[in-house]
Amino acid sequence: MIRLIGVLIILIGFYKKYNPIAVVLVAGIATGLVSGIEIVTILDILGRTFVANRFMSIFLLTLPVIGILERYGLKERSVMLIKSMKSATTGRVIIVYMFFRELASVFGLRLGGHVQFVRPLVYPMAYGAAEKNYQSVTEDADEKIKGISAAAENYGNFYGQNVFPASGGVLLVVGTLAALEIDVIPMEVAIAAIPVAVIAFIYTVVQSVLFDNSLNKSLKKNKIDKGA
Amino acid sequence: MQNTLLEIMYILAGLVGIAAAVYALKDKNHPHPKETAAFWGIFGITFIFGKYIPGYVTGLLILAMGVLAAINKVKDGGMKTADEDQREASALKIGNKIFIPALTIGLIAFIVGQYIPALGALVGLGLGALLSTIIAMIMTKTETKNIPYEGSRLLLSLGTAAILPQLLAALGALFNAAGVGEVIATGIGGVIPQGNILAGVIAYCLGMAIFTMIMGNAFAAFAVITTGIGMPFVYAYGANPTVVGILALTAGYCGTLMTPMAANFNIVPAALLDTKNSNRVIISQAPLAIVMLLTHIVLMYMLGF
Repeated sequence: MIRLIGVLIILIGFYKKYNPIAVVLVAGIATGLVSGIEIVTILDILGRTFVANRFMSIFLLTLPVIGILERYGLKERSVMLIKSMKSATTGRVIIVYMFFRELASVFGLRLGGHVQFVRPLVYPMAYGAAEKNYQSVTEDADEKIKGISAAAENYGNFYGQNVFPASGGVLLVVGTLAALEIDVIPMEVAIAAIPVAVIAFIYTVVQSVLFDNSLNKSLKKNKIDKGA
Repeated sequence: MQNTLLEIMYILAGLVGIAAAVYALKDKNHPHPKETAAFWGIFGITFIFGKYIPGYVTGLLILAMGVLAAINKVKDGGMKTADEDQREASALKIGNKIFIPALTIGLIAFIVGQYIPALGALVGLGLGALLSTIIAMIMTKTETKNIPYEGSRLLLSLGTAAILPQLLAALGALFNAAGVGEVIATGIGGVIPQGNILAGVIAYCLGMAIFTMIMGNAFAAFAVITTGIGMPFVYAYGANPTVVGILALTAGYCGTLMTPMAANFNIVPAALLDTKNSNRVIISQAPLAIVMLLTHIVLMYMLGF
């Protein structure tokens, strides 16, 4: 039981909003120490895994160009583009992105990403759609638009990816079950993933429509009157 | 080839860190220039020389970064981009062409990852970023110094969240070495009534979601929970393993949507979009994740048996 001390530290740390870096380090070292691992070995595991996972931070290479594009009006242009589309709403931007994101991952296409698509394109368009429909977008509404824009990327990625038979998730299921002497076939596992992919899309549509309704309600006072 | 290219990408990524350190030092409006520079400088060093530094030394460097972060001295500062009028004017002047470099990043990453497997999607992402930078430079005719400037501005605004994914991977390795997963699986296994299929299904789905929330990664949870809970309480009762296996994994993904431990999916995007609340993405995802998790229990019970 004492080995769960790291989990406890994480829960308290994130709940109390202490600096996450410090919380994670303390949790890791504490877990190692109570489990009888030497401090030098703990540091070694920490350092080697950190370096082995540098690939997670390759996205740093995209920061300069995204910064430059923003400097030259990428966001402003996205807003202009979306404003030229009459029926665009924030929820519809989210639905369209979710659709293509999920379709791409069903075919095993790694076409998506928060850095590649959400910050430079999806969020500015979702925001632009709100700016088009309401006279002003409150800070609170903007915050929620950011949240749902990032969420759409995760929904499409997570629930679509396993419909592709060579995806990491399918292979993990096949491999893990094989180690337990249960044989399953990747193609059949991928087919079994279809219901979840479809349901996730439906739920996203529902969430997006509800989101548009809530924007309508909270920003109604400053809705732009389109009446003749 | 792939490894050499990746190592070059890591060095370039490290240089973004070093650039951020330099700009933090030069920033007259920065509240803690030295500490912030030290943080990003160390980060850059682990990227550029990580392959050659002994693991425990990197471990010590990470601890130093942790201390700088814990005493709250790693800050954004006052770097500015062009003001709104200039951006509007430039958006009108450049037009929709400005989307070309933005789309280039993802498209090149995809094409390389898909059709040049020898290089892989990661090298593709790096190449996409470099090509996109070149196109953007030509298109905007911007000064070269804006490359490190804008990169540093964004990295400083991302803040310490940028290193969380790597750090959480390291935490996962420590949890594994200490056998945390086995303790949890045994704990949950002890409270499930024998012979009740529905109870087994609920425990398997919830176990996946909860353990994923703790580890921040459903892949890490799958083997542990499948062995500890799935085998004795679900598969043993004649479940269809094809259906149940993949549902268990995506039940874990519902947990991924709800945990700050999955920093690369939830915390880094929040920082990228500059949200007020660092948990904003999780808050937006939680309702769908909970409904989705309940749906998984129903699907596993109905389709799995």
